[in-house]
Amino acid sequence: MSSTFDQIANIIAETCDIPRDTIKPESHAIDDLGIDSLDFLDIAFAIDKAFGIKMPLEKWTQEVNDGKATTEQYFVLKNLADRIDELVAAKNAGTGA
Amino acid sequence: MDLDYFKLIDRIVDLNLGERTIVVEAQVPEKHTIFEGHFPGFPIMPGVLLTEAMAQSSGWLLLGVLKFERMPFLAIVKEAKMRGFVSPGQLLTIEAKVEHEGSGFAVTKAKGRIGKELKCSAEITFGLTPFPDPAFRVHMDAMAEKIGFPMQVLKHD
Repeated sequence: MSSTFDQIANIIAETCDIPRDTIKPESHAIDDLGIDSLDFLDIAFAIDKAFGIKMPLEKWTQEVNDGKATTEQYFVLKNLADRIDELVAAKNAGTGA
Repeated sequence: MDLDYFKLIDRIVDLNLGERTIVVEAQVPEKHTIFEGHFPGFPIMPGVLLTEAMAQSSGWLLLGVLKFERMPFLAIVKEAKMRGFVSPGQLLTIEAKVEHEGSGFAVTKAKGRIGKELKCSAEITFGLTPFPDPAFRVHMDAMAEKIGFPMQVLKHD
């Protein structure tokens, strides 16, 4: 089974037509890959479907806007993969995502 | 169907918030200037208007799902397929289903039929935001009443 990062990278490559080999764990989805909010909706839909979760994008955005989190925590892909793993673990533990 | 005001849905036939589905009707007018140009001698509904009708149908469904607390705004149209001609005077029936409700967005699938014949389909993504203006919400309430939105289903969900 491919890693969470690989699955995300494949989704981004397919959704945004970005060459797969340019997508790295250290890539920032917005600053490095140039993904805009509309494309991110598409990506979020694909990730939600692939992992059976509901990424709390609005909560994350609010945290960034309030200065409680940085965009790197959510939009650097290795960090995004960690957040997704946490959401999947919470879902499997029955604690909700 | 009021093409001049871009209000394409005439009546909600069924809204099932448990199943997250809606069925609406839209009566294509017999005459309109659109049909004079699209096309002379062969008037048909433009595909963009069929797509908009599917989006508006999905929008009413999402308003119900969201209990009118947020407004769905059209963001992405995928796989829009015009499968057959829709002519002036025909009654278009559109059904839509929520495919996914994400954080701040939702995705629907919609299909339009004339009788039993499938004429159009699409997957549509909406951004969900608070109503940007109170007057807008009042307007949507009035529209909801006009097209027979079953407000009582919001209380029983």
